[in-house]
Amino acid sequence: MLPFFFYTFAIILVISSIMVIVTKNPVHSVFFLILAFFNATGLFVLMGAEFLAMLLLVVYVGAVAVLFLFVVMMLNIDFKTLRKGMIKNAPLGIIIGGILLAEIVFSFMGMTYGVANQPGNELFLVLAEEENTRALGKVLYTNYIYLFQCAGLILLVAMIGAIVLTHRKRDNAKHQDAVKQILRHKEDAIEIKKIEIGKGIL
Amino acid sequence: MMTPISLTHYLVLASIIFTIGIFGVFLNRKNLIIILMSIELMLLAVNINFIAFSTHLNLILGQVFALFILTVAAAEAAIGLAILVVFFRSRGTIAVDDANSMKG
Repeated sequence: MLPFFFYTFAIILVISSIMVIVTKNPVHSVFFLILAFFNATGLFVLMGAEFLAMLLLVVYVGAVAVLFLFVVMMLNIDFKTLRKGMIKNAPLGIIIGGILLAEIVFSFMGMTYGVANQPGNELFLVLAEEENTRALGKVLYTNYIYLFQCAGLILLVAMIGAIVLTHRKRDNAKHQDAVKQILRHKEDAIEIKKIEIGKGIL
Repeated sequence: MMTPISLTHYLVLASIIFTIGIFGVFLNRKNLIIILMSIELMLLAVNINFIAFSTHLNLILGQVFALFILTVAAAEAAIGLAILVVFFRSRGTIAVDDANSMKG
């Protein structure tokens, strides 16, 4: 049963990631990206990383892909002109991609993978009876607490950076300026004039 | 009958996805949004690799690393899209060919 699920997820993942890069409409390619993430989630569950699978769903499908969707729909871009050099660029991409794929595959063809039970690794061994989330948390909150805090800082910096970059002052927006309001005097606002009868204010 | 799924299956799959990501960067050299999506695909391939090794070696470390990669990828997507929006506002297009205006 496991091979069937693996091949199903893998084939849909590969096809949808190809569709991400070749499809005409960027909105469609965002949807194919979401499909790719869903199938990667299935693969993660097959590998036994349930927590990361759910995290991928929440963070990627729920946040990053929706962010992409917002940006694609918000910006009024003429995508036809952006696709012009596609055919011209394809051969170079195929050559470099093919060389890279061949290199990667050759590099792990004759590779033997290291052994896990080296001294010092006992702490990180996954026990059969332990759930994935508990096992991850036990390591993340003890040995890797500083890295974990660092990850939070990175997210904070990214948030501030995104806000600072995209924030803009609008000229036509009306803001309340408290200092200006308090410092206003009666003399600045009202002018009292004595008007003689029969004459205008001028 | 199909052969049982081994580590090599996952590694081959991850390298295919990674190559598709690289190819996407070359293919859509003008469209910045698709380039960002290709980068997301590459990071996904790296995550698959990490988790496959984590399962194979029966060590949790690979998943810890994958978690941090996920964090950095999310931050990168947010910043990248913010820069994209600012770029679009100032130039009216997202073609990367026009992005060399900062050259000295």
